[in-house]
Amino acid sequence: MGSSIIKGRAWVFGDDVDTDLIYHNKYLAVTDPAEMPQYAFEYYPGKENFAREVQNGDVVVAGTNFGCGSSREHAVYCLKEGGIPVVLAESFSRIYYRNAVNNGYPVLVAPGISSKFKDGDEIEVNLDTGEITNLKSGEKIHGDAVTDLEKEIMAHGGLLQYIKAHAGKE
Amino acid sequence: MGKTFAEKVLGKATGNEVSAGQIVTVEPHFCMSHDNAAPISKIFRDIGVNKVWDSSKLVFILDHAIPAPTDKHAQNHKVIREFVKDQGIEHFYDIMSNGGVCHQVMCEKGYALPGLVMVGSDSHTCTYGAFGAFSTGIGRTEMAATWATGKIWFKVPDSMKISVNGTFSRGVSAKDLILRIMGDIQSDGADYMSVEFHGKAIADMSLGSRMTLCNLGIEMGAKNAVCPPDDKVLNFIKDKAKSDKWESIWADEDACYEKALEYDLANIEPGVAKPHTVDNYSPVTEVKGTSIDQAFIGTCTNGRLQDLEEAAKVLSGKRVAVRTIVIPASWEIYRKAMSKGVIDILLDAGCVLANPGCGPCMGNHEGILAPGETCISTANRNFKGRMGNKESFIYLASPATVAASALKGEIADPREVLV
Repeated sequence: MGSSIIKGRAWVFGDDVDTDLIYHNKYLAVTDPAEMPQYAFEYYPGKENFAREVQNGDVVVAGTNFGCGSSREHAVYCLKEGGIPVVLAESFSRIYYRNAVNNGYPVLVAPGISSKFKDGDEIEVNLDTGEITNLKSGEKIHGDAVTDLEKEIMAHGGLLQYIKAHAGKE
Repeated sequence: MGKTFAEKVLGKATGNEVSAGQIVTVEPHFCMSHDNAAPISKIFRDIGVNKVWDSSKLVFILDHAIPAPTDKHAQNHKVIREFVKDQGIEHFYDIMSNGGVCHQVMCEKGYALPGLVMVGSDSHTCTYGAFGAFSTGIGRTEMAATWATGKIWFKVPDSMKISVNGTFSRGVSAKDLILRIMGDIQSDGADYMSVEFHGKAIADMSLGSRMTLCNLGIEMGAKNAVCPPDDKVLNFIKDKAKSDKWESIWADEDACYEKALEYDLANIEPGVAKPHTVDNYSPVTEVKGTSIDQAFIGTCTNGRLQDLEEAAKVLSGKRVAVRTIVIPASWEIYRKAMSKGVIDILLDAGCVLANPGCGPCMGNHEGILAPGETCISTANRNFKGRMGNKESFIYLASPATVAASALKGEIADPREVLV
């Protein structure tokens, strides 16, 4: 997973951020993940400039049910390929969470996080321990992946790497 | 302690007794993909496996943008046809008169069967629970991996029991019930759960109505949604079943549920989900009079014959006040509606028809909204920009409410139009 300590600025989103807000259906015919970051959050009110202004290492912080709606994996690719090292949310929709894990993309469930950060706050995330720190306020909270199998898939870098590593072993 | 539906189906699929919370690996009975079979086939190639694990288990149905509205869509369709040929995939529904919206085709052609484990690279795959299947949506990477290995892992979900009794009042249907349930429990109210529908009212409901309920399962966050596989299901699948692996499986009486809800249909009235979330519920009485620019009747949620008939009942002998787009969910439905005279009633009322497919539901074509416009739709999502423009507004409602609104050019209560 590369460096396990992440430092960046927080981009704070609300509850029920659906897949059209993350990556609009207008761009679904795009199949190359590298082309997807330019459309991230284009439809999110007040965050239309996300794709232009986001810097490598910035972190997405959200409320409950992040990624609800469609199964489109673009909603994971557009952040992963855009240099967002992790998404932290109070909770995730099931399919979004699974898509992230399957792509080896760190997403941490972090209860209480949306009230601890404002846009632009400096944030530090330790992916090994799940410790999340607001460097501005000093507040710390804990985030975690859910099951051991999911952690193992993440550790391989994603589902495809995981099944390649396990091919022929059963 | 008894077992839930999910525990029993996943237990059967693994050959072991399982309980909620356990991780299991199973071989799915069918894997459905639509137009996104194109990017999935690219991911599949990257795995380095030449052939899918079992080509008879894959079902491809083109529906999202058919016939292709842009060269990019056309290219994706071409990639799929080449993959189908290369892999010898027999269950392929191209742009032909045996097709339609993928979930409708999966159900009407006999793929959705009791006790099967089914996955689809589309979130509304949960619809097949109307036939007693355990079915859920997955992403592209996961689908590619499943094609390669024939295996998929699940956490055995906790379950929610929704018991429904009573009978619908005039002008009220399954869509009104599920919109109300979503309003009550919110869009993450069933996160990760298996939602079971129980009760006399479910037994009384048509399979089409049950499909509407299960279709919206994902909009509450559910992993799957399911109704009991009763005689209606068994009669329907007779001579149609595309697999002999099915088995009637249902929850034990004393199963353990994370949550239990009860509804009496006597208390359900026509309702809408207001922009821009599915759980933004209002009774229609609170929003009637809201001006609309377009009405849309169709989709995997409400594009079935009974839905078109419900709309026709409202529109018969009258004239719509705004453009009204009707898209039957499959060609089979289209033909039945033609032979029953339903299409004529809709055309006489001023509606326009498009070919079966997803149409404007996710903003691909055939009914995109202009900035500032409002559409009332029978679909399942009203997210900001869902129908193509982020400055537009979508209300979700039943076919009767959409039809009544189309007549008036504003959101209307179907009970005031139906006589």
